[in-house]
Amino acid sequence: MASGVKPRVKVPSSASAGEAVTIKTLISHPMESGQRKDGDGNTIPRSIINRFTCDYNGKNIIDVTMEPAISTNPYFEFMATVPEAGEFQFTWYDDDGSVYEEAKAVSV
Amino acid sequence: MRYKTMTAVAALVLSAPAAFAGGADDDTLAIDGQEMVTKTTAPAHMEETGIDTIMSGWHFREDDTQSMQMDTFDNPGMIFVDQAMDAWNTVEGNAEKSCASCHEGPESMEGVRAVYPKWNEEAGEVRTLAMQINDCRETQMEAEPYKYDSAPMAAMEALISVQSRGMKVDVAIDGPAADTWEQGKDLYYTRTGQLELSCANCHEDNYGNYIRADHLSQGQINGFPTYRLKNARLNTAHGRFKGCVRDTRAETYAPGSPEFVALELYVASRGNGLSVEAPAVRN
Amino acid sequence: MDFTRRETLALGGAAALTFVLPFRANAATTEELVNEFTGGADIADAGVELTAPEIAENGNTVPITVSAPGASAIMVLATGNPTPPVATFNFGPLAASHEASTRIRLAGTQDVVAIAQLEDGSFARSAKTVKVTIGGCGG
Repeated sequence: MASGVKPRVKVPSSASAGEAVTIKTLISHPMESGQRKDGDGNTIPRSIINRFTCDYNGKNIIDVTMEPAISTNPYFEFMATVPEAGEFQFTWYDDDGSVYEEAKAVSV
Repeated sequence: MRYKTMTAVAALVLSAPAAFAGGADDDTLAIDGQEMVTKTTAPAHMEETGIDTIMSGWHFREDDTQSMQMDTFDNPGMIFVDQAMDAWNTVEGNAEKSCASCHEGPESMEGVRAVYPKWNEEAGEVRTLAMQINDCRETQMEAEPYKYDSAPMAAMEALISVQSRGMKVDVAIDGPAADTWEQGKDLYYTRTGQLELSCANCHEDNYGNYIRADHLSQGQINGFPTYRLKNARLNTAHGRFKGCVRDTRAETYAPGSPEFVALELYVASRGNGLSVEAPAVRN
Repeated sequence: MDFTRRETLALGGAAALTFVLPFRANAATTEELVNEFTGGADIADAGVELTAPEIAENGNTVPITVSAPGASAIMVLATGNPTPPVATFNFGPLAASHEASTRIRLAGTQDVVAIAQLEDGSFARSAKTVKVTIGGCGG
């Protein structure tokens, strides 16, 4: 696992049923592209977060396939419909097999 | 844009492409709705410089970069503030203390960033925020000091700085700090390196102009530590000083050296009256 | 991660040398990637919107937004990068709009392309040229 990985998410704590809400996510990660070389000329192996998903009460909102061209500290902004009270689940999948998770409850 | 004296730097300055033309913009910076002072009357000690308005580096950036700083969440620098929050509460060192053991929450640091660097009577020296952080770590916590311009230091500076966001920079330059301030001023106007450039050649004589594709700012440090798009991390003021001096093709002073401490005091004083913006977002 | 100016230039250089360097021969081209996504279907010019700056102050962090009402997926490609894929956004049943924003890396001035698969299964394409400036002092 890349060191110091820290997810941040911004969602409203309450919404009315059926309301569309804006979600923002940011996670600290170097997103090593696999294109760079170290001081000795050796290629630094790729190490990125390759997938991000956001679900609400088990139903999917967005599922993103991420490539090395996503910037360091990946940022996403998108809109979700909140049909009833429940919980957002955010998941980031690292190349090295690590999974970073965050959850946010929403009242209606 | 008013005419400015051409110096050696002129050779480096490309004419600006049309889309970039002009100096600092007139936009207003509000962070989460809180308005910042990003342009104001220059402090009295700058009378001889011919600069009557001091401006945050924010004004010299493109709209997309500017907007990243206008929302605390969009600002990637805040990731490191979160990391420093963990460090704040982490017990380290032989005294088995954390920052929180003495200072409680980081909000107790409100106002601190605005007045640093600051004369420390007991130590008999001007201290930067970084020096004070390390003094706490070594003396109070009996822990290892952070490397002066390291990531954990930049993050801790950002956490402390953000408590003063919106407050006006107000560093003292008189009294016991006067000698250090004078030393910093001398350094500001001393040409260094093969290019023989001083801080003033770029940031006083040519702000608003282009140095290749980069828009020269007044070199204000009210936004430091700053998240730079270039390296996607927080950059300390001393780290930036080092980069500037190196780019004049000079051997640079070390971050944390007495020279850079003096320079920080002087440069900070040129921003007296601007809001603390740290962690700002810059190119 | 840190990209020094030299490394960023090297990235751009690698992009320019796509047809010369043998190790690049394995990387899928933009055309291949588009065909893979669409299955070779026709692509309309309307139906997907791509928002990107005309001039990016730094190629390391370029904000983009893609939007395609009703789309099930939107693929973004940076045609001038050493490897063109950037991201594919797949929208689920609770997506309130088929729009997403992120920040991407561009190795130099180039076209960024968005291809969307629309509600009826057809495809739409949009492209934007983004100029990437190279800093002066770089620090």
